[in-house]
Amino acid sequence: MSIVKPVNQRAWWLVLPVLVSVAFSAVIPLMTVVNYSVQDILGPNQSVFVGMEWYKEVLRDHELHGALVRQLTFSGAVLLIELPLGVALALAMPTSGWRASLTLVVFAMPLLVPWNVVGTIWQIFARGDIGLLGYALTQLGIDYNYSQHPADAWLTVLIMDVWHWTSLVALLAYAGLRAIPHTYYQAAGIDGASRWAVFRYIQLPKLRSVFMIAVLLRFMDSFMIYTEPFVLTGGGPGTATTFLSQYLTQKAVGQFDLGPAAAFSLVYFLIILLACFVLYNFMKEVGTGDVQ
Amino acid sequence: MSHGMSARPLPGRTLLLVLYFVFTLAPIYWMVHMSLRTNEAITSTFAWLPESLSFASYARIFTDPAWYDGYINSIAYVALNTVLSVGVALPAAYAFSRYSFLGDRHLFFWLLTNRMTPPAVFLLPFFQLYTAIGLMDTHLAVALAHMVFNVPLAVWILEGFMRGVPREIDETAYIDGYSFPRFFVRIFLPLMKAGVGVTAFFCFMFSWVELLLARTLTSVNAKPIAATMTRTVSAAGMDWGTLAAAGVLTLLPGALVIYFVRHYIAKGFAMGRV
Repeated sequence: MSIVKPVNQRAWWLVLPVLVSVAFSAVIPLMTVVNYSVQDILGPNQSVFVGMEWYKEVLRDHELHGALVRQLTFSGAVLLIELPLGVALALAMPTSGWRASLTLVVFAMPLLVPWNVVGTIWQIFARGDIGLLGYALTQLGIDYNYSQHPADAWLTVLIMDVWHWTSLVALLAYAGLRAIPHTYYQAAGIDGASRWAVFRYIQLPKLRSVFMIAVLLRFMDSFMIYTEPFVLTGGGPGTATTFLSQYLTQKAVGQFDLGPAAAFSLVYFLIILLACFVLYNFMKEVGTGDVQ
Repeated sequence: MSHGMSARPLPGRTLLLVLYFVFTLAPIYWMVHMSLRTNEAITSTFAWLPESLSFASYARIFTDPAWYDGYINSIAYVALNTVLSVGVALPAAYAFSRYSFLGDRHLFFWLLTNRMTPPAVFLLPFFQLYTAIGLMDTHLAVALAHMVFNVPLAVWILEGFMRGVPREIDETAYIDGYSFPRFFVRIFLPLMKAGVGVTAFFCFMFSWVELLLARTLTSVNAKPIAATMTRTVSAAGMDWGTLAAAGVLTLLPGALVIYFVRHYIAKGFAMGRV
């Protein structure tokens, strides 16, 4: 569907500033972590090369497996809720006038709260005795206590994430919808297409590229979620909300096992990379038959 | 709306919007509510509305340099980061949207992989790197570090906008004898105002809320507001009121930014090469 672009190797010069600025802060730290991951660090200037040892240890770690399962469930739930909800909101949002401005500003608010503050506010907000959410639920006769019941804690972290990030999906999808030329709708009107047909054959295909970035962003960010649950629940009760990042931080900072923690980080990075690569290629293919 | 189908509303759209407004604003309301009460009131009794309004928390923030410097520092490195990220992303996005070159697809995906590193273990190498080059505790350090996640996003968004600009515009300008830099600044950039506005908002937002890197790379001179907020935890207990007031104030700069770019978002954009 896109026009063939001319080949021009000099375009590399235009990309160079990006390459240099990102590589500087990304490649050097990454190589440092690779270096840690194959060594046993005993002291500031003392280390022993251990090869693949830490990787083997990480892959056999049962607590890690538990955290990975919790993480996958969490990220899956995040995508399943936030994407459809975000698109539905985008379809419902006003398109012009002060209502549109108001909606955009209100929707952006959760995105603008620093992540540690998100956790702290929800910590009070969800308390049964003094918080709006917890108090309301308790008044409704629901036995809710996020610091005691694992299921409540998990759900609270999930709802907090939905609150925090659905806006991002909604804003992206809204902008994508607004980019659809009116002629498409007029043509559909002449054909007498149903509301569903318009969504399925006009809006959804046109949303594909913004949808892709929304899926990738929400996947990778939810997979690395750290600050918010750390502040809200501290990973508990038990290990109910100990996600991968939290487990990794306990290892790296708490136990100061830099070698294993580095190996863990790289395995973690590779899981995200693999999942994003699969999602990216899958979404590139899916639906391409619909338009043009 | 007068444009046929796009006007036909979803069934129940008002209900959905109203419910979501309540859901979005409830925690924000609670933050405002907390910021206007005393710590004893917050932790001891539930009240739908604050019993009495206390602005002591706000007064503390506006009079204590340790607090308001946090805002100044955050705004400084976020602004610097936004300018740098959009600045380097603009030519790159142009290259991706207009030309094919060796490794372009791989490079485009690689950019995104830089958002995928879990912070915990990467903090130490970042600390070592920025110490080695003598940038520790400067606004520039945080701005550069935040480029890792903002530049890839900026390139993706801008590339989508640039695809919407017909190539004939470039060709006509080159035939008219424009050099690339002159064409880019005089003709192309003015057409990209919407793209730059939206990209700037996303860069601003992600840099503004990031805490771990910003805290690791600063100590005093460039300490961000989010790190200052951790001061509210002390032996005497948590200073909830001040924390909530500081939280309310962190909303304002970003709300201003989105207010300025709202028309650009409402005009719409399609994103990225798929």
